[in-house]
Amino acid sequence: MKIMLNNRIESFEEDVLTFEELFLKKKFSFRMLVTKLNGNLVKKEDRSITQIKDGDDVVVLHLVSGG
Amino acid sequence: MHLEDIKKLLKSKTVGIAGCGGLGSNCAVALARVGVGKLILADFDVIIESNLNRQYFFYDQIGQKKVFALAYNLHKINPLINVAAFDVKLGPGEIVTVFEGCDLIVEAFDLAEMKEMIIETVTTTFPVTPLIVGNGMAGFGMSNQLRVEKVSETLFVCGDGLNEISPDQPPLAPRVGIVSNMQANLALQLLLGNSNQDNL
Repeated sequence: MKIMLNNRIESFEEDVLTFEELFLKKKFSFRMLVTKLNGNLVKKEDRSITQIKDGDDVVVLHLVSGG
Repeated sequence: MHLEDIKKLLKSKTVGIAGCGGLGSNCAVALARVGVGKLILADFDVIIESNLNRQYFFYDQIGQKKVFALAYNLHKINPLINVAAFDVKLGPGEIVTVFEGCDLIVEAFDLAEMKEMIIETVTTTFPVTPLIVGNGMAGFGMSNQLRVEKVSETLFVCGDGLNEISPDQPPLAPRVGIVSNMQANLALQLLLGNSNQDNL
């Protein structure tokens, strides 16, 4: 499948990935994240069940402390 | 756009600023100088000496509540603007009450978990209100890493997205100042209805 990940096109062998699986694939190990699927917020507790499919627009925003 | 047109438009706008530390105080000063009609400030913290390396306060304000000291400083800069100051620790409930009706909200917290919380709250409760987040500005140098990113139609992120504060990498005036003013600059762009939002 091909998805938009943070405004960039990315291809994966899988047809479907959950957010948790996507993090493993991409080796994302961030602690604080905001995740969105097609513009809608995906809550932390839903990341292991929410499925990403071909053509989806995915946002994974890594937040760091400071301000 | 002529200065008079800019002033007239901004006078009718309300901006919420969540946090009055390094990002919030400097961003608020920029927005007060250009004449945003109303600023809603919220913070629970007290000024300590180490804040003065980057936050818009003065030595004789140490010990004061940031939110009230900032309101005072903003009025000294521009007495014509309306400032509402809330001495409150912002959680989801308070964010909704304090910032309801804002034309846009600036996230100016220090902790990543608070940034996450306000993004979730604003995205769900105020889905059409733009939110400008500061993310990654610790240390010094590396100016070219600081950028503005449009995450979605209403969510924007300013910073390097990378450099977290730590004992080896403290927050310092120049980078915090740059990012807070990137937030203010983007706020102006959105408030003044710049038709080309992609031109960040």
